[in-house]
Amino acid sequence: MAVIVSTTVNGDDVQFACEPDETLLDALRNRLGLTGAKEGCGTGDCGACSVTVDGRLVCSCLVLGVEAEGREIETVEGMADGATLHPLQTKFLEHAALQCGVCTPGFLIAAKALLEKNPDPSEEEIRFGLAGNLCRCTGYDKIVRAVQDAAKEMRGA
Amino acid sequence: MVTLTENTLANPKERVTPTVVHNPGLAKEAFKSVGTRPLRPDGLDKVTGRAKYGADFNAPGQLVGKILRSPHAHAKIKKIDTSKAEKLAGVKAIITAADLPDLTNGDKGMYDILDNCMARGKVFYDGHAVAAVAAIDAATAKAALKLIKVDYEILPHVTDVDEAMKAKAPVLFADCFTEGVEPKPKKASNIAKQTEFGHGDVEAGFAEADVIVERSFKTEQTHQGYIEPHACVASVSPDGTGELWVCTQGHFVYRNHCAMLLGMDVAKLRVTSSEIGGGFGGKTHVWGEPIALALSRKANKPVKLVMTRDEVFRASGPTSASSVDVKIGVKKDGTITAASAELRFASGPYISMWAELGAMTSFACYDLKNVRTRGYEVLVNRPKSAAYRAPSAPIAAFAVESVVDEIASKIGMDPVEFRIKNAAKQGTKSSYGPVYGPIGIGATLEAAKNHPHMSAPLGPNQGRGMACGFWFNFGGQTCTDLNVGPDGSVTLTVGTVDVGGSRASLGLCVAEELGIPYNQVKCLVADTGTLGHNDMTDGSRGTFSSSMAGIFAARNAITVLRERAAKMWEIPVDDVVWEDGHAKATGSGHGNLAPLSLKEIAAAAANTGGPVAGHAEIVADGAGVSFATHIADVEVDPETGRSKIVRYTVIQDAGKAVHPTYVEGQYQGGAAQGIGWALNEEYIYGKDGRLQNAGFLDYRIPVCSDLPMIDTQILEIPNPNHPYGVRGVGETSIVPPLATIANAMSNAFGVRMTHVPMSPPRVLKALEAAAKA
Repeated sequence: MAVIVSTTVNGDDVQFACEPDETLLDALRNRLGLTGAKEGCGTGDCGACSVTVDGRLVCSCLVLGVEAEGREIETVEGMADGATLHPLQTKFLEHAALQCGVCTPGFLIAAKALLEKNPDPSEEEIRFGLAGNLCRCTGYDKIVRAVQDAAKEMRGA
Repeated sequence: MVTLTENTLANPKERVTPTVVHNPGLAKEAFKSVGTRPLRPDGLDKVTGRAKYGADFNAPGQLVGKILRSPHAHAKIKKIDTSKAEKLAGVKAIITAADLPDLTNGDKGMYDILDNCMARGKVFYDGHAVAAVAAIDAATAKAALKLIKVDYEILPHVTDVDEAMKAKAPVLFADCFTEGVEPKPKKASNIAKQTEFGHGDVEAGFAEADVIVERSFKTEQTHQGYIEPHACVASVSPDGTGELWVCTQGHFVYRNHCAMLLGMDVAKLRVTSSEIGGGFGGKTHVWGEPIALALSRKANKPVKLVMTRDEVFRASGPTSASSVDVKIGVKKDGTITAASAELRFASGPYISMWAELGAMTSFACYDLKNVRTRGYEVLVNRPKSAAYRAPSAPIAAFAVESVVDEIASKIGMDPVEFRIKNAAKQGTKSSYGPVYGPIGIGATLEAAKNHPHMSAPLGPNQGRGMACGFWFNFGGQTCTDLNVGPDGSVTLTVGTVDVGGSRASLGLCVAEELGIPYNQVKCLVADTGTLGHNDMTDGSRGTFSSSMAGIFAARNAITVLRERAAKMWEIPVDDVVWEDGHAKATGSGHGNLAPLSLKEIAAAAANTGGPVAGHAEIVADGAGVSFATHIADVEVDPETGRSKIVRYTVIQDAGKAVHPTYVEGQYQGGAAQGIGWALNEEYIYGKDGRLQNAGFLDYRIPVCSDLPMIDTQILEIPNPNHPYGVRGVGETSIVPPLATIANAMSNAFGVRMTHVPMSPPRVLKALEAAAKA
């Protein structure tokens, strides 16, 4: 029996109906058409489905859709301010921090959560902060550099 | 605010210009667009979540497809009872092999693909598909799978390559008689094929040697590990036409294979490739796509089929597990007198060419008088082996480069100097047959020798290693269209899937040839109804072959543009040249004619002969071979056996780096995959023949905190067969890491590691054995 969930996604109040055992990832993708978050594993091991719930970074494949009730969800679709990209998005493009790009939404959300907690992370802090997100294309080099560069810009340094 | 149309340099001070080593007088030597680093045309969609990958596509009224898979490694299917599942409300179609009649007409390769997609009478591995369901939603489809009853007769199985070769091993196919052996064997075995390469007299060469080193190696099976599972939406109409939206490295090949297996006309099956979330060879084979089409045909509705991660590991092709023997003989002065290798590769249940590729690549880096390699394709109860980035070459290089290092050390020679002394060069007869043109192995070694990494101090428990790698690269069938819009903007339409930024590179090449800004060109990947056949994006061919075809298409368009300008000016076409994006009049009497831009000619097209276009269909012959040398510093924790890469450098020949940032990305990504293979990744099978680690938690690919920055040095030894000198760059970077790291470990603690992955338990065991000795 489907449950009606009222929540906020990227600043918009939305309602969706989902099954009690349906993941937040499936609800976002299949009920709301927000396909930016990806299912890479469905077991919380790859981070491709990363979103934030009330500002906390989660794997949306490990959260139930019904748990979104009354929360604030942020996904990659909400990162840019209109036509103005978030500095992380800009730096990912400039540094070519993506090849296939399927892990990119998860990395962007995870990196944003990291920089909100720690605006001036060391390389090691970035590497451990993003260790829950798998990328198979880049070897992470350009991702780490993009995050370093975005952090610097966001600090106004 | 970022302006997405400007050519942005990410961080100019970090940008090292690629080193041009040697230019044999190509037509094209000075570039304006090629070699710059603009943003990719698909980038914005990929950082905003708009890009559509395989699982992001939906068709109206679609059903959900799910596959029932064998839990057994080897079994006869006695009966499949689908009656209960068929009665479940919401189930719209159930298929078994009976719904996929054999239409392969004696084509053994296609029959094996069919058999792998859906087992026909026997299952050959844990995960082999036996039935499939299409239902109104995922929950119903899953419930239906549980209602299908399969009656198996379990057979003895074998999953290890060496065990499978033994006389008493369970034989997978009673009609498998080793190919490539004369006379044909009388007894069936799991050795499907034997191949041999080489030249000279190996025995005589070994007799001349002062020192011989002979060792055996083993490598475990690894998966490409793309983050995006296989996904497609199939829609077949009762009139026999169909559409398939799919993540693939080659939608034309998927179309051809699916059409054959389903008895459809190629022209009536239109395949659109989605954005692809990684492939590395694993998306060059059809897996669930023919099943989705068959389900759709039976249900008369679109069917979406998405693999779970568990299915990806259990049922979509990993690379081969192997065991390899290598023997090298040298003179005291460092000259290799003879080299031989025997390579035994597990192919899964179907004959393939993985050992053959290993045998071909083994000694390709060296100039050898006497060399012999032999490969055995061995059938085992594991999933069908698939291509994985320079397939087989990393395995062969692990064994060969380990012995090369060891023998250099035995004769007291520096490992780089030893390799320089024996390196292949232009004119060398390669160990697999052809004679090399201009190649980069020597240049990468010289660059390694002079690299600051080589002389940097090492810390405690650290060792430094280096190794070389080779890959053939491939060209193949390629078809492109170039269309000039009425505003002078240019659409380049290609049929090679973009796996990592090739649309930017192809746009650069066409902008270069037309003499217009990069931003005036839009490159897109077309569906199979739009272009002629294109081979897959494999063999590092995407940028190589589609840029060649794109440049030829641009040249054809320039011919048209010159004709149109001549018409506009009313002068002979021979008096018109194309320079810097403009038609210019030459010769006497035309001095007053101002050059016509592409835009001006395009605007007048309606009155000069209609749309302006260029087209090219080619077999892109002459993919230049590629070489790399890697350097790694590895720190080993003697208490836990855990290894950490503390510094890593990739030096590789790109021919011409079209978009150097993406070339660097290929170097770094290949190195990272090789590091994972070297240190962690392996398929672990239980005694029951079942895969025990079919998930990213237990099959651990490198994460961000496992790796250091990966430094790159791009060398440019132009490929004379490409108009701009381009070589493929995607694959070679995964070839050296296994041996590089093994050599570093050997230098760190004096023990030669011969079994990959060099995981903590194996390293600890080796350390303990060394301590006892």
